[in-house]
Amino acid sequence: MASLVSRVPRLLQAVGRTLAVQATRSYADAAGPVGMSFTFGSPAAAFYNAATNVRQVDVPTFSGDIGILPSHVPTLAVLKPGKLTVYEDDATVNQFVVSSGSVTVNEDSSVQILAEEACRLEDIDPQLARSGLEKAQQQLSAAGTDAERTEAQVALEFHEQVVKALE
Amino acid sequence: MHPCCGDGLFHVPEIEALLAHASWVRDEHRSAAMLSRTALFVPTCTQVRGMATLKEIRNRLKSVKNVQKITQSMKMVSAAKYARAERELKPSRPYGTGAAAFYDKVDIEQDREKPRHLLVTIGSDRGLCGAMNSNINKLLKNYVKDNADKEIKFVTLGDKARQALYKTHSEYFMMTYSNFGRQPATFSDAAEVAEAVINSGYEFDVGEIYFNEFKSVVSYNLRPLPLHSLESVSEADSLAVYDSLDAEVIRSYQEYQLASVLYACMKETNCSEHSARMTAMDSATKNAGEMIDTLTMQFNRKRQAEITKELIDIVVGAQAQDE
Repeated sequence: MASLVSRVPRLLQAVGRTLAVQATRSYADAAGPVGMSFTFGSPAAAFYNAATNVRQVDVPTFSGDIGILPSHVPTLAVLKPGKLTVYEDDATVNQFVVSSGSVTVNEDSSVQILAEEACRLEDIDPQLARSGLEKAQQQLSAAGTDAERTEAQVALEFHEQVVKALE
Repeated sequence: MHPCCGDGLFHVPEIEALLAHASWVRDEHRSAAMLSRTALFVPTCTQVRGMATLKEIRNRLKSVKNVQKITQSMKMVSAAKYARAERELKPSRPYGTGAAAFYDKVDIEQDREKPRHLLVTIGSDRGLCGAMNSNINKLLKNYVKDNADKEIKFVTLGDKARQALYKTHSEYFMMTYSNFGRQPATFSDAAEVAEAVINSGYEFDVGEIYFNEFKSVVSYNLRPLPLHSLESVSEADSLAVYDSLDAEVIRSYQEYQLASVLYACMKETNCSEHSARMTAMDSATKNAGEMIDTLTMQFNRKRQAEITKELIDIVVGAQAQDE
């Protein structure tokens, strides 16, 4: 399964206009271990780096969509393409689209979400997303070998999620 | 540089060569000259004291100037690449720390006494980048020497390691990647290496990634990061803390983390390489500049000495005619 992760090409570059890089920094949480230390990034951009002002994160994983709050039970999960929502302490809601990757919740309530590609929902061009979806559908029907078919299916699933997230 | 004989006068070698023809001076000077010369090489030219001809100095000057141009342009190219590499390093650092965080928290012990070791080293293809690659090569050699009783395999990125070690240590090389360092590393590169390591079928007990961590423009550090095999992660005690894990999730997770960690290390290496090359070429350019200054001085003095010599010829000849 994870070998697919390596083969998915730069899907998001096709749909995203600009990738806004914003590493959110926050004041140290005086309350101590109650908050979660949230790190979320992709190889190209780090959105949150050990941020402590995050209240909740909704994550799409292959074992289901999970909502992570501070003091969540430690777990590991594989990220699924889809929409990721971050709820900050001051009621700001940031939505992202992620391709695939890993989710880690540690015992000390620190959360690391590493996505192979991720960008803000606002940065996605709906037109490009829809045309990408059509192209992926064509690719799937034209796929010959097993490997091609799997790649096309991955691309298709990703684009479906992106279009769904935009609605 | 004119050597000064003991009498404290400033001697011009060409004039002395002329004076040496006068017999009453000849023996003393020649013996002194020969004594001083036995320690040096004997010059093939007729000029005295190992000083090159005007043409040789001019050629040398020309070649050093060319070298300076080359090193200067290499420095600029490296500076541009370094700027880009540093920019791309910024988001990849938290990415790498995030990827390694799980292993830190779980704190899996690597028992170095176990027999099978895997070393992944990240270097560069091209040289002139400081001590980066030689540090890695030295480390590999010493590792093999210190662990002679274990089974060790290398996976090297960057041609330099292969060039240095393949002849003598070919049995240790499992895989080597070239064409690394020219273009900035991408996640797909890291994923390719990770996939190859996992699919190689080599079941290692102890694994380490060695790379040059970028500290600042003038400094970088050779650092290891632990590389855990699937077995050691699955069998770790602290893994029980993590909820709802099955073998599939652990395997996928492990593969992705390996690619992520490799990606972060590659980015650091890129940055170190370009900054090291930039500083190396910068000091090479400065040195070349100094050499050019010295040679130009030498050239001018030589040129003036020759003019003086010709003048003396003319004056002496004229005087002889008058008499």
